Amino acid sequence: MDVSEKNFLTAKARQLRDDAIETIGTFGVGHIGGVMSIMDALTVIYYQKANNLDPKDPKNPLRDRIVLSKGHAGPALYAVLADKGYFPHEWLKTLNKNGTYLPSHCDMNKTPGIDMTAGSLGQGLSAAVGMALGAKLDKLPITVYCIIGDGESQEGQIWEASMFAGSHKLDNLIVMLDYNKMQLDGPVCEINDLSPVEAKWEAFGFYVQSIDGHDIEAISSAIDNAKQSGRANMIVLNTVKGKGASFAESAKNCHSMTITEEMWRKETGRYE
Amino acid sequence: MLDEREIRQTLASALVEAAKTDDRIVVLEADLMSCHATKVFKEAYPDRFINVGIAEQNLIGVAAGLATMGKIPFAYSFAPFATRRCYDQIFISVAYSGLNVKIVGSEPGVAAEANGGTHMPFEDMALMRAIPGMVCVEPTDATQMEGLLPAILDYNGPVYIRMFRKKAEKIYCADAPKFELGKAYRLKEGKDVTLMASGIMVARALEAADSLKEQGISARVVNVCTWKPLDKDEIVACASETGAIVTCENHNVYGGLGSAIAELTVRECPVPMELVGVNDKFGQVGKNAYLSEVYGITANDIVEAAKRAVARKK
Repeated sequence: MDVSEKNFLTAKARQLRDDAIETIGTFGVGHIGGVMSIMDALTVIYYQKANNLDPKDPKNPLRDRIVLSKGHAGPALYAVLADKGYFPHEWLKTLNKNGTYLPSHCDMNKTPGIDMTAGSLGQGLSAAVGMALGAKLDKLPITVYCIIGDGESQEGQIWEASMFAGSHKLDNLIVMLDYNKMQLDGPVCEINDLSPVEAKWEAFGFYVQSIDGHDIEAISSAIDNAKQSGRANMIVLNTVKGKGASFAESAKNCHSMTITEEMWRKETGRYE
Repeated sequence: MLDEREIRQTLASALVEAAKTDDRIVVLEADLMSCHATKVFKEAYPDRFINVGIAEQNLIGVAAGLATMGKIPFAYSFAPFATRRCYDQIFISVAYSGLNVKIVGSEPGVAAEANGGTHMPFEDMALMRAIPGMVCVEPTDATQMEGLLPAILDYNGPVYIRMFRKKAEKIYCADAPKFELGKAYRLKEGKDVTLMASGIMVARALEAADSLKEQGISARVVNVCTWKPLDKDEIVACASETGAIVTCENHNVYGGLGSAIAELTVRECPVPMELVGVNDKFGQVGKNAYLSEVYGITANDIVEAAKRAVARKK
């Protein structure tokens, strides 16, 4: 990756974080932690890797599919989709408000650009597997990206889906685990430990890469590697919950937080 | 008289045929291919047959993902596992997401016989009926199953098919009507009471109507194969014209066909009504005939219910 591209993606991720902070802050409360932790991965997918995404034709059958299985991170995706032009930027101010097109959890029938409804955890990965199978059936050269959470990985359905994807070598599937190590009630390792998570996915037949989930270049390279692996892919994103929102990073647990106007304005420097 | 064809083989063959010209059709199994006779589909279209193994949550989720790609998935399992075991997946990934997935739940109610209480769904239709937008249909015999398939394929949305697997009592012949979702089919005219039946209860309702005739009661028989949406016009007409209803279902009366019809008639045309069905019980092992006695869903139970309903008419 050349320097200008890296600078562009880094600046884009920062801008999207600010948009998401403002979005959640405008509503007053939300899942800031897991929104911030996946923003670098979303930036690389949407601004560098994904093919045939067209805001004017969000249902283009040749587009890569992107499933945010950890649907509570919807505001991260909304920041991206608004920036890309899938819907007006002003919609971000309507998050979770009466009659909104932007519900806290992703809804494919409400929001342009959402490929799968999610919110009941564990379900998005199975849908992504179905999409990968469907693409193979129709010989469509597309990649299906699916972002899952670490707490979400306590759902049995994640392992039903991964066992199937691994055993069927779905090499057009790239699963990313947002391994921020915290869930609503506390540390994942104390509640129901996921480690050794790389070994688990390897045992399920995946090509596993474990990277710094905030390193733009590492994310980009890992996706390139995944496309050559010949197997279903897991990229473990070692992330920091709340990354890039200082009030969230410093909180004991930022899974869901109240965000005042003062907090989001100070964080984003947006005062006018 | 028993049908010459099994419903499962009829559906599988009809899917093979339909899939010749409709490449959207795919079949998914959760390790029950041999119980559903879907091997013919696998042999005809190996790429379009997906066996996910014993993983019903993933079965439904994968079907939903395929539906987003424009496919029409038929996801099969035994009825309890096709509904209870993956209810939230059906609710969220299929119905709430507005996806065109067809779910086939087999061995309804007492048809589960030797598989017993763990496999004997008296609640599957109640569960599916509570999901917004879910069409719920129980084909009576092979001819009706085959006849309904084009309508099921034409309907762009989720459908739950409650399927008796084997040879059912034959109700419909070659001159059967063109079957549609949301339509009830009048099988026998009568003026004192209407027996509204589905699935294996249709033949019993017809038998009951013959007994009732000998006892001076003229019973109309209507096959309500689609539990949701109901054929409102026909049901209200029957309530109005015969003044009494007996619903007949191989299912718990809580949330089932009787509930559905009562929900309609209580608003549109309240009449004395009796519900023949399972009364808040779990299943158990046994033969269909034995279990039908135990749970009170025989032709004789329908006769007695009809007499009670008629007696309640003012």
